[in-house]
Amino acid sequence: MKKSVLAVLFAGMLGATMMAGCGSSSSTTESSNSASDTAASATEAAASTEAASSEEASSADTASSTADSASSASADATASSDLSGTVSTDGSTSMEKVIGYLSEAFQEKYPNVKVTYNPTGSSSGITAAKEGSADLGLASRDLKDDEKDGLVQTTIAIDGIAMIVNPQNSVADLSIDQIAQIYKGEITNWKDVGGSDGEIVCIGREAGSGTRDGFETITDTKDACKLSQELTSTGDVIQTVANNPNAIGYASLAAINDTVKALTVEGVAPSEETVLDGTYKIQRNFNVITKEGAELSPQAQAFFDYMQSKDADELIKKAGAVPVAK
Amino acid sequence: MNVKKAKNPAEKAMSLIFFICGMLSVAFVLFITLFLVVSGVPAIGTIGIFKFLFGTVWASTAADPKFGILPFILTSVYGTFGAVLLAVPVGLLCAIYLSKFAGSRLAELIRSAVELLAGIPSVVYGLVGMILIVPAVRTIFHLPDGANLFSAIIVLSVMVLPNVISVSETSLLAVPREYEEASLALGATYTETVFKVSVPAAKSGIASAVVLGVGRAIGEAMAVMMVSGNVANMPGLFKSVRFLTTAVASEMSYSSGLQRQALFSIALVLFIFIMIITLLLNFVFKKEKNK
Repeated sequence: MKKSVLAVLFAGMLGATMMAGCGSSSSTTESSNSASDTAASATEAAASTEAASSEEASSADTASSTADSASSASADATASSDLSGTVSTDGSTSMEKVIGYLSEAFQEKYPNVKVTYNPTGSSSGITAAKEGSADLGLASRDLKDDEKDGLVQTTIAIDGIAMIVNPQNSVADLSIDQIAQIYKGEITNWKDVGGSDGEIVCIGREAGSGTRDGFETITDTKDACKLSQELTSTGDVIQTVANNPNAIGYASLAAINDTVKALTVEGVAPSEETVLDGTYKIQRNFNVITKEGAELSPQAQAFFDYMQSKDADELIKKAGAVPVAK
Repeated sequence: MNVKKAKNPAEKAMSLIFFICGMLSVAFVLFITLFLVVSGVPAIGTIGIFKFLFGTVWASTAADPKFGILPFILTSVYGTFGAVLLAVPVGLLCAIYLSKFAGSRLAELIRSAVELLAGIPSVVYGLVGMILIVPAVRTIFHLPDGANLFSAIIVLSVMVLPNVISVSETSLLAVPREYEEASLALGATYTETVFKVSVPAAKSGIASAVVLGVGRAIGEAMAVMMVSGNVANMPGLFKSVRFLTTAVASEMSYSSGLQRQALFSIALVLFIFIMIITLLLNFVFKKEKNK
C-alpha cells in the first residue's frame, strides 16, 4: 500500500517536471562555465575568426586573452568579467542560424552574458523592439514606412537565395516573373522558358522555413506555390535537384555546390559581390531593430557591436549569409 | 510476491528500487499519453474535430490557415497497407523457407542478414531510397518526379520485411513436429504439408507478424520523409504525399501558435492509431495463448 503511494508521488513529480519543460519555446544557448571547456571553445573561436587568429594562436588557452580581442572589436571597452546579464533577441525565424553562430561565439568571449533568442517572426520581432520586451528585434525584411517611427534598422547581413537547376538543364537565365510563374504552376514545361521539352518539377522548403519565406516574399508567390516536393533542409533540396534533370529549387547562396547549376536571375549571376551591390534580385536584408535614441544595456550594446564587427563576418558566412561591407 | 516477502531492510530497499524501476515505464507511458492529450486537444477544439479530421486542405502558414489532416491520415493508411501488402507475401515465404526448407548453414546466413536488415537505421533506408529508388521510379514510370507514395511504399516494405520474417519464422518453428509428420504419413507432399498444416497451425503468429509490420510502417518518419515528397496532397500512387509522422516532423522546428498545437494534435491522432494496433496485437497474442 505504502509502496504504491510512493510510486504515484514519484510519477507525479516526474510528470510535473515534464510539463514544466515543454511550455516555453524560446531557445537559449548557454556557454559552459567549466574552465577546460571555455579554453577549448575559445581556441575554436579564435581559429574561426580570421582577424583574431594571428594574434591569438599562441595564447588562446586563457579566457582573458579572448576577452582582449573582443573588447578591441567592440566599441564598448568593458572587460569580459565585468559584463554580465542577459541579452534578449526576438524575431525572424530565418535569422536563427546567423544569431545562433553569433551568440555562441559572443558567449564564449563573455561567459557571464547569456543571449536568448525567441523565434517569433519578423513582425513580432519589430513589435518586441518597439515595446521593449526584447533588447534587440530581428527582422529578415526592411522596416515598412509605418513601422519606422521611433525605430532604427541596422543591416548585419544579407541573405542571397540562389535558383538552382540540374547541370543537364540548358536553361541558364530566368526573370523573377518567370520564376514566379513556374512556381505558381503557370509555366509547366522547360521548353516555354527556352529549355528542352520536360515537365518542370518545383522543389520547395517546408512551411515555416526562412528560405521559403524569403523566396516567396521576393517572388510574390506566398501561399500560391504548387510544389512537387517540400524538403526540410537546404542539403536535401540540392541533392534532389542534382538527381532530377527537370527539377528547379532554391537554396541559400552559401550552400550551393557544383552538383547543381545556379541560374542567373535577370542576367545577374548570384555571388557575394552581386548580392552586396544589389544587382542580384533574390535577396533580403537581415536587420537588427533597435529603438531610436534609447540606450541599450551594456551587454546588449556589446552584442550589437559584436554583430557589426569584422569578427562576425566569418561567422555570418558560416551561417550561410553574406556579411555587409564594413 | 508474497512468497519472497523480504524481512531485512536491505532486501526491502532493493525490492522498492525494483518496484520503482518497474513503475517507471508505466509512468512514461501515462505521461506521454497525458502530455499528448493535454497539448493535442486544444487545437482540435479550436479547429473543430470534423474540420480537423476530415478537412482535405493543410495550409498551416497561409494567411488564412487551414488544418485538415485527412490527406495525412489517408496517406499513412495507404502507405502502410501498400507496404504490408508487398512485405507479407515475401516475408512469409522467406520465413517458410528458413524454417522448413533451408539447410541449417544457409538458414543461419539468411537469418543474420535479416537481423542486419532490421538493425539498419531508418535514415539509411531513406538515403538509399532518395539516391536510388526515387530516380529509378522516375525513369521506369516516365514521371517528372520520383518522390511519391509509390517510392515510400517500396522503402517501407523493405523496412517491414525483417519484422514479418522473424516473427512468422518463430511461430512456424513452434508448430509441433507431429502435425507435419502425421500429414506426411497420410501421403501429402512436403509442400502441401507446409501450406496446409504448418502455416494454418502458425496463423496467429503470422497475424501478429502482420500487425507488428503495420505498427512499424505507420510509425516510420525519417525514411518516408526523404522519399515521399512531403507535399500535403490527397494521396495518389504517383503523387507527392505527406504522412502523419512526417507532417509532425517537417514543420515542428519552425512552428508557432495554433500551427504548433495542431502538430501536437496530429501526434495525438498518430498515437491513437498506434494504440489501436498495439491493442490488436495483444488481442492476437491472447487468443494464441488461450488456444
